[in-house]
Amino acid sequence: MTQKALYIDYEFCSGCHSCEVACRNEIECGIDDWGIKVLEDKPRQHADGTWHWDYIALPGELCDMCEARTAAGKLPACVQSCQAKCLEIGTIEECAAKLAAKGKKAAILVP
Amino acid sequence: MTEWKRQEGEETIFRTCAWSPPGCHPVGCGLQVHVKDGKVTKVEGDPEHPITKGSLCTRCLALPEYIYHPDRITHPLKRAREDRGKDKWERCTWDEATDLIAQNAREITEKYGAEAICVFGGTGREGNNWYPQWANLVFGTPNSVYAQAGWSCYGPRMTNTAFMIGGGYPEIDYAQKFEDRYEHEGWVAPECILIWGKEPLRSNPDGLYGHAVIEMVRQFGTKLICVDPRVTWLGTRSEEVLQLRPGTDTALAMAFIYVMAHDDLVDHDFIDKWCYGYEQLVERVQDMPPAKAAEICGVPEEQIWRAARLYGNAKPSSVAWGLAVDENPNGTQLGQCLIALMAITGFIDAPGGTTLGMGDDQGNVVRDGGSISADEKVDDATDSTLELAFKNGIMTEETWGRRVGIDKYPAMGSILWTVMPDEFLKALETEKPYKIHMAHFISSNPIGTAISAEPQRWYEALKKLDFNCAADLFMNPTTMACCDVFLPIASTIEHDGMVVTHYGLNSSFYGAQNKCVQVGECKSDVEAMMAVGKKMYPDFWNRFETQTDYDNFHVMRSWLPYEELREKVTVMSNEPYYKYEIGKLRPDGQVGFPTSTGRVELYSYMYEQFGENPLPYYEDPAYGPERTPELMEKYPFILTTGARRQEFFHSEHKQVPSLRQITPYPQIDLNPADAARLGIEEDDWVEIASPYGAVRQRAHVVPTIKEGVCHAMHGWWYPEQDGEEPNLFGNWKSNINVLMPNSVNGVMGFGNTFKQMICSLKKVEGEGGPNDPDSTGIFLEPSRQAEFTYQQVWRPTDETQQA
Repeated sequence: MTQKALYIDYEFCSGCHSCEVACRNEIECGIDDWGIKVLEDKPRQHADGTWHWDYIALPGELCDMCEARTAAGKLPACVQSCQAKCLEIGTIEECAAKLAAKGKKAAILVP
Repeated sequence: MTEWKRQEGEETIFRTCAWSPPGCHPVGCGLQVHVKDGKVTKVEGDPEHPITKGSLCTRCLALPEYIYHPDRITHPLKRAREDRGKDKWERCTWDEATDLIAQNAREITEKYGAEAICVFGGTGREGNNWYPQWANLVFGTPNSVYAQAGWSCYGPRMTNTAFMIGGGYPEIDYAQKFEDRYEHEGWVAPECILIWGKEPLRSNPDGLYGHAVIEMVRQFGTKLICVDPRVTWLGTRSEEVLQLRPGTDTALAMAFIYVMAHDDLVDHDFIDKWCYGYEQLVERVQDMPPAKAAEICGVPEEQIWRAARLYGNAKPSSVAWGLAVDENPNGTQLGQCLIALMAITGFIDAPGGTTLGMGDDQGNVVRDGGSISADEKVDDATDSTLELAFKNGIMTEETWGRRVGIDKYPAMGSILWTVMPDEFLKALETEKPYKIHMAHFISSNPIGTAISAEPQRWYEALKKLDFNCAADLFMNPTTMACCDVFLPIASTIEHDGMVVTHYGLNSSFYGAQNKCVQVGECKSDVEAMMAVGKKMYPDFWNRFETQTDYDNFHVMRSWLPYEELREKVTVMSNEPYYKYEIGKLRPDGQVGFPTSTGRVELYSYMYEQFGENPLPYYEDPAYGPERTPELMEKYPFILTTGARRQEFFHSEHKQVPSLRQITPYPQIDLNPADAARLGIEEDDWVEIASPYGAVRQRAHVVPTIKEGVCHAMHGWWYPEQDGEEPNLFGNWKSNINVLMPNSVNGVMGFGNTFKQMICSLKKVEGEGGPNDPDSTGIFLEPSRQAEFTYQQVWRPTDETQQA
């Protein structure tokens, strides 16, 4: 299977929003729409004193995995702009291998 | 490597490095700018850039919205003096605008002397390079002004470093000086980074590409310790977050040194060879055992032991020091402790430790290595801005001696090339030691919301000057309130130039800013400076025709010609490690550090020379339960401000739709327990007041801030609102600096209350109030200077106020 997917190591998504703006530049969807959106699971403290605070970038219907860019040998706009380099593109299998290797706080996204 | 300029179909694609405008520090991120028919169609990251590798933050990604914004000023403007504060600007030509500036400057110089002119510069922007040159070389005045109370950004850390190490700026090592980066032979990752009063992911601080920290955590398992009143997102990925009470940092840093000495977690070989005063330092920190610091800072004692041991046992270890050092009157001592923490491990200027720079600084003073005083004379081959001004008869040494406030704060004047800002505000108000008649603003907005404390006082003082002009991109509260001429400035992708991290104080690489497009009649800061310079001092300025002429002459002469840099886009500095062992730090080429002892002076002779204690000491915050107990009932909260958002650079970017969308309103973070007690819910409008004034922001209720502490955003105005007086784009509505006093400085003149003020909070109705951001009414709490005496008794005694 060669269907492409996005792999996100959301342990390290810093919530910088670069993917959102880079994507919008690419797909020209206008200011009120998003091809990928950063969601925040707001901070809270666990009983043992450790903290939870996660961001995750979620691609939506407008995402075509940057077909034109990848055909030209470029990375998808979101992946290239990602400052934490926590977004990657690959086949579903390749992404699954990354997920297995990471073992925590990661996800495969197929919009 | 791809060419700096290439054709792909109908598009020309430029590779370039960013600085400003729009505002940013000199990180020099790599851009690929797509241009079609002379217009930018898209900006993306440059995958071939050695540091950013294709990544790019929202501000540069949204550059097309910024450069083609309908509110952008794209041709020169003039306005009659009596119309200040009204939107009665008229278009004029560059020739007319520069004539007006030169004519007024000449008249004022003839009548009152050149020192009656001052030139303001904003923080960290490219204009930072140019405002001392505008002052010294265009107008012949010594008075360049960085208006932030206590010069509370970077300057204090520069000074700490110059005095203790001799120059350069210590930065964490992320293999930033080498093309092969993390593969570089001999490089190792820091085992632990102590991040003190800094949020490197959001602040793009002066040359550090913040997300490199995440790269090292992910790839090499680097551990982080954060010292911050807030638990930041990065804090949640750290081993330890020491959530201290704002402003008590120096106590905590002294306790860290106590633990390091107690457990003997130091490098004695390095200390014996290269440090001076370690024994005295250890003796001094006996005053601050972790138990005492724990009480002062509100941090558990065992956490101090644990964190200091984590840092002390790490090999190598590194320190990222932030703005909290600068925005604190006790910060000079904090900087002293942090430099000691970098050095006593032996990992200063070592792989994976804290790097030092060779000490070039972009033409203000250019020479290889070493501590360089702004007053120092240098020889012909490397003339400083100052020396050029003297040699070309533009400024006399006597005039230079009239720099405002430097007689009182000589330590500040010895390293920084500006006036002492708090003293300068008093000079504007009192007309002592002399009257100022004209101001020119280079990417600076002191009536606005970013750097100046009590902007209400700057507003009153600047409005009354005879003539004011500005070089900027958008109308702002300062230009609308008080300027008579406006010069439109080109953005980073509209001019040639260069960018170098840490302003050259610690260079990772030299980056080319390559001009991609022309917008309207905009000129670069340097071109605008040359245009006025040619009318003021043609004998000097007529030697330059283009920006490149000037850059090659005065900015880049110690590096490489601009044309060569343009082709390469980036050139790595390749500076070696252990420069102190090979004679690469001292101007005389000897081994050691460029200090009087040749060592890192943990006991500082320079501090002593300027009347400061040679060893660190802790002082309680100027406002707080210890020193202003009488105020705590009315102002029970500790207020810290100024944490950055990546989508904004200080007061900039508020008009860019993609960026404003991310954070549409200013927010004050407060703890859920405090919010519940005050009946405040998420997004409610909250009035925040101090003895100096009151403003409103919206509540963000989060557990990451401690009970009793709150954090308010800085830099807020509403460019979409009415710009005319009294509203001035809503300048007074959410402007947290309205709450901050001036003249609460340390002995050497540094620091202020921006990160440790007191305030009250109350819920207010969003609608109908005079301060509502949707209304055009004004709520300007008058400065309570007269009725509030604390500022006047603050050390050192303020003679002008007493007079």
